Amino acid sequence: MPAIIRVDGLSKTYASGFQALKDIHLEIRRGEIFALLGPNGAGKTTLISIICGIVNPSKGHVTVDGHDVIRDFRAARSLIGLVPQELTSDAFETVWATTTFSRGLFGKPANPAYIEKVLKELSLWDKKDNTIRTLSGGMKRRVLIAKALSHEPRILFLDEPTAGVDVNLRHDMWAVVRALRATGVTIILTTHYIEEAEEMADNIGVMSKGELILVQDKVELMQKLGRKQLTLQLQTPQQQIPDSLASFNLSLAGEGSELIYTYDAHGDHKSPNEHGGIAALLTQLDDAQIHFKDLHTTQSSLEDIFVNLVDNRQ
Amino acid sequence: MTSLNFHAIRAIYKFEMARTWRTVMQSIIAPVISTALYFVVFGAAIGSRMQEVGGVSYGAFIVPGLIMLSLLTQSVANAAFGIYFPKFTGTIYELHSAPVSYIEIVVSYVGAAATKSIILALIILATAAMIVPLSIEHPVWMVVFLLLTAVTFSLFGFIIGIWADGFEKLQAIPLLVITPLTFLGGSFYSIDMLPPFWRTVSLFNPVVYMVSGFRWSFHGSSDVGMFISLAMTLSFLAVFVVVVAWIFRTGYRLKS
Repeated sequence: MPAIIRVDGLSKTYASGFQALKDIHLEIRRGEIFALLGPNGAGKTTLISIICGIVNPSKGHVTVDGHDVIRDFRAARSLIGLVPQELTSDAFETVWATTTFSRGLFGKPANPAYIEKVLKELSLWDKKDNTIRTLSGGMKRRVLIAKALSHEPRILFLDEPTAGVDVNLRHDMWAVVRALRATGVTIILTTHYIEEAEEMADNIGVMSKGELILVQDKVELMQKLGRKQLTLQLQTPQQQIPDSLASFNLSLAGEGSELIYTYDAHGDHKSPNEHGGIAALLTQLDDAQIHFKDLHTTQSSLEDIFVNLVDNRQ
Repeated sequence: MTSLNFHAIRAIYKFEMARTWRTVMQSIIAPVISTALYFVVFGAAIGSRMQEVGGVSYGAFIVPGLIMLSLLTQSVANAAFGIYFPKFTGTIYELHSAPVSYIEIVVSYVGAAATKSIILALIILATAAMIVPLSIEHPVWMVVFLLLTAVTFSLFGFIIGIWADGFEKLQAIPLLVITPLTFLGGSFYSIDMLPPFWRTVSLFNPVVYMVSGFRWSFHGSSDVGMFISLAMTLSFLAVFVVVVAWIFRTGYRLKS
């Protein structure tokens, strides 16, 4: 799939001397959901702000659908909708007025039918005549999304879209994002909720200290860096792992009452000389007269992978 | 998309004008009441004890000055608040991320601010015409001076709005600079009435030229020649245009 956003050698140093971005290279494919993860201060918002035209780059280039964001800013920006992290809004305006304003600002002629459709999809229609200051935090967040969608963008940036919203609203927003993706809109989201990225993203980018340390397909990432564990509750605690099981990646826990077998997300055995994975292990445990009363498996989440990546970087 | 984003200009202009109608007490009625009070105090109380100034009754003489007083202060205040408020609330992100050029931003914000102050000036003129006998000798030039002054000081207000990083700074220039300069700029008197030293000092006050040109359009006579007034007004306009261009080129207090 061709890239719709290309970032090439992008760096940003603020007037204070703080280097927020360091030589970022990134391609975001058309129609995908790209999740940008990273701890606070990693540079996610700066990167988004440069692509959207809010912050000037110090070095490097960004193109949006082939349009340079500086030289050809009109064409580039008209393709983008941005939902900012902060709940910034015109408190005294009505939902309808502020959404209509956004459409005009982005160079589109008035289209009340489209605005009505957007507001209805975001469950804002019955609030259209309310001033924004009277809305709840979650509703204000929806208004920001409505404003960003008002000019029919092909790319939508969501900077922490579900921060501070309740679980139901978060799931509603995920549904909206998926529906947008289904219409071909490319979505870039930053989030602190790793499960949000795990739930929705096609591709993951991880930033740390101004650097993009990893960009990978989510499934591949979880297969490559994810791990699974089989935990067996033993009938009789063991002091040590028998030599006959040494080729398995085993460890004891719970004062010998738990035997933990760690293997990768493909289901392959970690030991190079062994095959058969869990089936072989269970057979050999039986041969060694080690019996278990219960078992369960766990899989490392994207959050575990993310924490490991960032910790290793620091 | 055409070379100018007219939809954006219209959207910002309408948005700003809508704020005026929403705050009509503060935007229109309060300045009109203040001006009516000036007429009562200066026109009726003092004017009744004064002879004519330059062949014009004192009440009619102060009309252009009073209009200029409101025009200058309101142009500055409207434009300053218009661009400062999105900075204060954070909604300026939308302006930065929209496909609008700096020219379109300036045209829409300054246009809206100038429109508001011109509407106000015309209301004050109508109010004055009900109180004192009034004639306008050069109506075309009156409109020219009205437009030029409104645009020039709206540009100045726009600069203040970008420069200000708090409400105190936003208020400081209109209160501490514009209002004193207007009072000392011949709004209520002819600078010919001043002693020679203060008359010379007054010529360094830019407002003198605007009030003078505007007054000439009403009464056909003024402290300073009409073309000098026009040239000075255009000079201030040019200076503010250059400053605004520099602000947008450098991103001063707008973009990191």
